[in-house]
Amino acid sequence: MAMASQLLLLPNLRFHSNSQSAPRVISNPICRPLKLSKFQKRYKQSLRDSRVLAFYGRKTPPYKLDALEPYMSQRTLEVHWGKHHQEYVDGLNKQLENSPLYGHTLEELVKVTYNNGNPMPEFNNAAQLWNHDFFWESMQPDGGKSPWGGVLQQIEKDFGSLEKFRDEFVEAALSLFGSGWVWLVLKTKEKKFAVMKTSNAVNPLVGGEIPIIGLDMWEHAYYLDYKDDREKYVMTFLNHLVSWHTVALRMIRAEAFVNLGEPKIPVA
Amino acid sequence: MALRILFKKPCFPIPSHYGSTVPLRQFKTFSLPELPYDYGALEPAINGEIMQLHHQKHHQAYVTNFNNALELLDQALAKGDASSTVQLQSAIKFNGGGHINHSIFWKNLAPVNEGGGEPPKGPLGLAVEEHFGSLEELIKKMNVQGAALQGSGWVWLALDKETKTLSVETTANQDPLVTKGASLVPLLGIDVWEHAYYLQYKNVRPDYLKNIWNVINWEYAGEVFKKGGA
Repeated sequence: MAMASQLLLLPNLRFHSNSQSAPRVISNPICRPLKLSKFQKRYKQSLRDSRVLAFYGRKTPPYKLDALEPYMSQRTLEVHWGKHHQEYVDGLNKQLENSPLYGHTLEELVKVTYNNGNPMPEFNNAAQLWNHDFFWESMQPDGGKSPWGGVLQQIEKDFGSLEKFRDEFVEAALSLFGSGWVWLVLKTKEKKFAVMKTSNAVNPLVGGEIPIIGLDMWEHAYYLDYKDDREKYVMTFLNHLVSWHTVALRMIRAEAFVNLGEPKIPVA
Repeated sequence: MALRILFKKPCFPIPSHYGSTVPLRQFKTFSLPELPYDYGALEPAINGEIMQLHHQKHHQAYVTNFNNALELLDQALAKGDASSTVQLQSAIKFNGGGHINHSIFWKNLAPVNEGGGEPPKGPLGLAVEEHFGSLEELIKKMNVQGAALQGSGWVWLALDKETKTLSVETTANQDPLVTKGASLVPLLGIDVWEHAYYLQYKNVRPDYLKNIWNVINWEYAGEVFKKGGA
């Protein structure tokens, strides 16, 4: 399941992602005090972790950090994924330490903390965590070019042509004031594609729409590579980075929720 | 001194787009103010590359788009187009706010050898102590609020010109301080948009906020305070 739950149950093992947050050790009061070796004390690991806590974690981009060069530099990915994305994880885990919100999947958490437009403090971290997971998967090395098949058909049906979609996407990105995201969504009620822009951490999930592509328009996403040239960044994303494979997969999944009509079977 | 060149459009009747000869409303276009110091003068707190981009690209873009939006507004008003008039408001607020805020920001900064970073003296110094306890407390408060601001925005030291009190406020995106209170006058503003620090500090906004105090121009803030926001 592509959009699997973000809940990770951490046993005692050091988690193999590049996460910088070590699993916390909570000792059960009825156990004997642990005698940790110098190594264990230093690295805060224990073979006898008495309580398992569920943490949220971030996804690793499905490509090496230098694989998107020269369109998105390794440096950007190191800071964007390694620092910003990690900050959201750490912040969220900290906020949820003793919170009744515990137990949700990440998608559920985003919708719950959005609180119908009056977001709770956890919303920013939860939503940005989800957004960035979505963003890494929206890109691929040697991406861009054109969609094909069903995706292209749907775009042409809902926008008129691929060029019109691209123009609308770029226009939405450039007319966004402040920080935010630009999305291609599948609207669940209208049953069609649309371009959507959102501010700060908001994403289409809170409106019940199905996101298909997400582009980070926060300055930290492009500043190191493009400085203030937002247009170049968006054009590069569309031409060289966007992963139409992922789009196709997301469409397939979305069709389980939204009936897009009968396939056109050519008459013999 | 910051040079502000305002040039007016000619006020003789010009046939407008629709062929009438009603004289165009005179409107001043805004222009980018000059920096009173070199781009590299604020190092190491803010490096020259950031200052140059910030001034020549970002601020210039706000000025250009502000003028364009005002031009469109002028046309909409001449035509009596209410919906365009209202629709343009967000562009005017954003770009105009960007121009106003950044114009104040350049005056809020000064190189170290021109008094940047020197603590406030006189009435403003006393007011800071009265309202916040000490300069350190004020700095701490502004830094905490600046670091906690989500997305883009500004953190301000505001003077309420009616009650003569100081306060720390934040605004989102390019909203000017008056959106938080009609009687508020900005004494100091710190830009916490990522473009203001990213090239040098990357994601570590708290470091930027700590270092910028070394180049803050308290003299300018003191003058605004003395005038009482008039």
